[in-house]
Amino acid sequence: MALRDRPLSPHLQVYRPQLTSVLSIFHRLTGVFLASGAAMLVCWLLTAAAGPEYYAWSEWFLTSWLGYALLAAWSYCLFYHLCNGIRHLFWDIGIGFSLKATYASGVLTVLASLGLTGLSWGLGLLFYFTR
Amino acid sequence: MRIQTPLARVRHLGSAKEGADHWWWQRLTALMLVPLSLWFVASIWWIIVGGASYEAFQDWLSGPVAAILMLLFIGMMFYHLKLGLQVVIEDYVHNKLFKWTFLVVLNLGCLIGAVAALYSTVAVALGG
Repeated sequence: MALRDRPLSPHLQVYRPQLTSVLSIFHRLTGVFLASGAAMLVCWLLTAAAGPEYYAWSEWFLTSWLGYALLAAWSYCLFYHLCNGIRHLFWDIGIGFSLKATYASGVLTVLASLGLTGLSWGLGLLFYFTR
Repeated sequence: MRIQTPLARVRHLGSAKEGADHWWWQRLTALMLVPLSLWFVASIWWIIVGGASYEAFQDWLSGPVAAILMLLFIGMMFYHLKLGLQVVIEDYVHNKLFKWTFLVVLNLGCLIGAVAALYSTVAVALGG
């Protein structure tokens, strides 16, 4: 296409990273990464439907060190995407557009996502030690 | 000389008139997914990290609350996933053939994944 050789408007690489832009990009990245979690969910449910002997494969994988690492990454990404998604929903109804508010909600999103991840793994450990 | 009318020339080049629907459903599914995904993570932690047996897991998913919430979570999540990744593809893939291919793979993939997950949930809930 002839469009190729035309000068392009400045893109990501010319801007100094800011909390707002970094969180925005991270929202997209976590969303894309969470798609792999959806694939895992399908595998997990399919093996469950196939019977206990197949379900054992899922159980083996998810409780391996790789499985736990993925669960940790998926849980953090899910909580981040969830918290930042709520931030977006507030923007959608017109709340929190000032520069001060976007930074405050950004910091709150990071803290809340870390807190929720910690809380959920605390809950997981509780289940683990009381089984 | 072109014998097309001005209307025929511009048809299918503008808005597909689906933008508002896309935007709206992304928000609706997001709103539904707030409570559903919190419930989902807590459940997964109980089953996987807590090491629930297959029988305990099946028993749990056989209950109406867990089964209905799981079906809703799968439906909302895959629709939200489809809407989100569609925008990512449209933003970054400019080659027409690749874009078309990725969008078709995404749409069919989400449909197949959702149907497989929904069927499996019902199969486990109704006794394997």
